[in-house]
Amino acid sequence: MNISINTIINMPKKWWEAIVLFYHKLGSPPSFYRISGYFLKWLLLIAIILAGIGFYDGLILAPVDYQQGDTVRIMYVHVSSAWMSMFIYAIMGICGLIAIIWRMKVAEAVLMASAPIGAWFTLITLLTGSLWGKPMWGTWWEWDARMTSELILLFLYIGIMATYTAFSEDARKAARMAALVAVVGLVNLPIIHFSVKWWSSIHQGTTVSLMGESKITWDMLRPLIYMAFATKFYYGYSMLKRARMYLLETESNKKWAQTIVMEEKS
Amino acid sequence: MTEFLNMGGYAFFVWTSIGVFVISLLIDFFSLSMKEKTVKRNIKSLLKRKNLR
Repeated sequence: MNISINTIINMPKKWWEAIVLFYHKLGSPPSFYRISGYFLKWLLLIAIILAGIGFYDGLILAPVDYQQGDTVRIMYVHVSSAWMSMFIYAIMGICGLIAIIWRMKVAEAVLMASAPIGAWFTLITLLTGSLWGKPMWGTWWEWDARMTSELILLFLYIGIMATYTAFSEDARKAARMAALVAVVGLVNLPIIHFSVKWWSSIHQGTTVSLMGESKITWDMLRPLIYMAFATKFYYGYSMLKRARMYLLETESNKKWAQTIVMEEKS
Repeated sequence: MTEFLNMGGYAFFVWTSIGVFVISLLIDFFSLSMKEKTVKRNIKSLLKRKNLR
């Protein structure tokens, strides 16, 4: 099993065969464990560097808002976390589908490994939103569509983890039941996104858009982009590391997992 | 420097938000290494029990 990443990519004659082979490699727990190991420290390093630049840019260089003053700086953690809360859930929904249809074990691992970090980002979004709402709207919480649907997202994350724990005597079954909850919960994502459009709301509308024009000055958008990438890289680190532990744990009676643990110096 | 810490009078809201963000992700980070230790320790004790038999 000691194939380096180069031999995997060089072996096939055509480049698309290489991609297909890489995909199949990632589907096998020992290969996934080994290949993801190459990326861990780089993902964490890039995340820390980007967050450092983002905080410097957002807290010191970026201008104050003409209406909101310095509270606008909450945006750099609030909006980037909110994007992550939905981005991670979308990945979990896709993994859930793969887990249910093809019963792919690595998809189950990625699904369950994404839940804790997704729940953290959702909690950060709700708490920082509250801390932003109090000085600007005069209230910590309002049962408006955007906030309620984001709270439901937090309950979905918790529900997915609870479902897994409830069936924990059979990890495969537990993961499939959790996948079912994840797929059903996908319906909440468009509701969160369009909530500010569909219902008149205390929450402001979309300001930053991938497709259309963003209604934000570059000096404020730039730190937000740094933070958006920092959180994505940290998610990559956290999810991959947890997925590796998930695979080690659920395959702990298999040879590859035992070899990895025994070969490490203790 | 005091002006920076004061955040235009919104120091509590801005710095608590940053704190919530950083502390949450730090908890996630340390729970990862705790999980790693438990999983590897469990596999090691599983192997020890197997070898004793």
